[in-house]
Amino acid sequence: MSAAESMGADAVGLTKPAATATTPRKKMLELDDLHVFYGAIQALKGVHIEVDEGEIVALLGANGAGKTTTLRTISGLLTPREGEVRWRGERIDGVPAHHVVGLGIGHSPEGRRVFPAMTVTENLNMGAFRFKSVPRAELDRVFELFPRLAERRTQLAGTLSGGEQQMLAIGRALMGQPKLLLLDEPSMGLAPLIVAQIFDIIREINEQGTTVLLVEQNAAQALRLAHRGYALETGSVVLSGPADQLLSDPKVREAYLGEGA
Amino acid sequence: MQPDEILDYLIPGIMLGALYAVIAIGYTLVYGVLQLINFAHSEVFMVGAYSALLALTWIDPSSNPTTFMSVLLVAAGLAVSGTAGAATAFTLEKVAYRPLRRRNAPRLAFLISAIGASYFLQNLAGKLFGRDSRALPTVFENKKVFSVFGTQVTILQLLIVCAAVLMMVGLDYLVNRTKLGLGIRAVAQDAETAGLMGVDIDKVISRTFIIGGFMGGIAGFLFGLHLQLSFTMGFLPGITAFAAAVVGGVGNIRGAMMGGMLLGIVESFSSPIFGESWRYVSAFAVLVLVLMFRPTGILGERLGRSA
Repeated sequence: MSAAESMGADAVGLTKPAATATTPRKKMLELDDLHVFYGAIQALKGVHIEVDEGEIVALLGANGAGKTTTLRTISGLLTPREGEVRWRGERIDGVPAHHVVGLGIGHSPEGRRVFPAMTVTENLNMGAFRFKSVPRAELDRVFELFPRLAERRTQLAGTLSGGEQQMLAIGRALMGQPKLLLLDEPSMGLAPLIVAQIFDIIREINEQGTTVLLVEQNAAQALRLAHRGYALETGSVVLSGPADQLLSDPKVREAYLGEGA
Repeated sequence: MQPDEILDYLIPGIMLGALYAVIAIGYTLVYGVLQLINFAHSEVFMVGAYSALLALTWIDPSSNPTTFMSVLLVAAGLAVSGTAGAATAFTLEKVAYRPLRRRNAPRLAFLISAIGASYFLQNLAGKLFGRDSRALPTVFENKKVFSVFGTQVTILQLLIVCAAVLMMVGLDYLVNRTKLGLGIRAVAQDAETAGLMGVDIDKVISRTFIIGGFMGGIAGFLFGLHLQLSFTMGFLPGITAFAAAVVGGVGNIRGAMMGGMLLGIVESFSSPIFGESWRYVSAFAVLVLVLMFRPTGILGERLGRSA
């Protein structure tokens, strides 16, 4: 049984293969039975998630469901008390954050977290901190994806609009040339038009070969973009499957798309 | 004070201000990356002075050194005091602060650890070097080099101002133009996100202490060239430089330079204007005044911002 079938078989009972299943699946990231605590409070209670090479995977859920905690555990900002994080088959839980980025995992954190007193260019240089020198080609690519950033390259990041800061946060993560891009709520606090723009760019980034794990509260839009999705509730995965199946699932429509049953 | 006496006080004020500025940078750099006032920084200054005393006494210069010997002695003093200051600050971070950081200790614990380390170093120096004042051997004869509108400028004043300016220019370059500087600014603005970008936070913090300690140690040596050494010599210049950092906007490097210069000049002028006994009152009066009107200091508390 392929991983796609075992994945679909839980929770929603779907067996339709994921969008990438035409090519053989290559497991990139596996979260295996993660238990994560903040002091005495348990934030993740045995989370299983897999991300394959080339996919966009959406991680849905309400505030406090554990979405951000999941990403922070992958990045090495948090260490799980139990369970494993595996990157291309090797355990990386416990590896400090500044080494995780070197493995090819880029993180655009919740709330954007641009360096406010640095210029746009300096923020992008920070994204390439793991390299000896800033890769020129990558900088050009980011400015191509986000022409707005090119126009404002000497402006301090703290003076950018929310949408521009989000673009900068994504561009900064891309500067590290990640194989897997972790995006934490890129739509947060932005106007619908800007959100649509940013989602288009995420699709483009994915088509250019970067795998994406996308955390979103905006479930409908995230599922339209993603190949597969997981729904978290109070620290556990409650639903998972191909995105189009989740979109039409009545439980998902009720709980995450704000529709009555 | 007569108008023609202004330069007689301005020039020593600039010299003193340059020293305060160099020490203040040590406070502000560490505050930038750790949001911690490193109260033991005044002892880094004291260690710098005593290390120069040891080195220069060991070289054992004659009481009337040749020009060549003087240059050599100054170079040795700068090198030894800078190295000793850097080593002290590095060790201080490793022993007094890093273990607390590992355990996510509350702010107050850091402050207490800082004060404890400060008293430890002070009394260790008292034990090792004696509790009486000492003086550095004669490094050069403090001749007048030139005069500005009739006011003489001495070699010592020139040396102190030049060394301080060089260090500040070098630091400005390091913070704004090098990769280490980019890392320091990133940690100051958002340490966690800096880590996500691949910055080794511990390494940046450690190097920040080394840079601040290097400058503080050299300031100790330069101070020792014109005043006596004692195990408590760090206290007053240290607390004044701390005030200077706050006046300029703590965490702001150019603010620390400006604050140091301002307090040095104010201190120098306060003795002819108010009397010698008011000398050390003036700097703190300025501190209170500035904070009343601008609680974040003159240039503002922009973390990680050098401009």
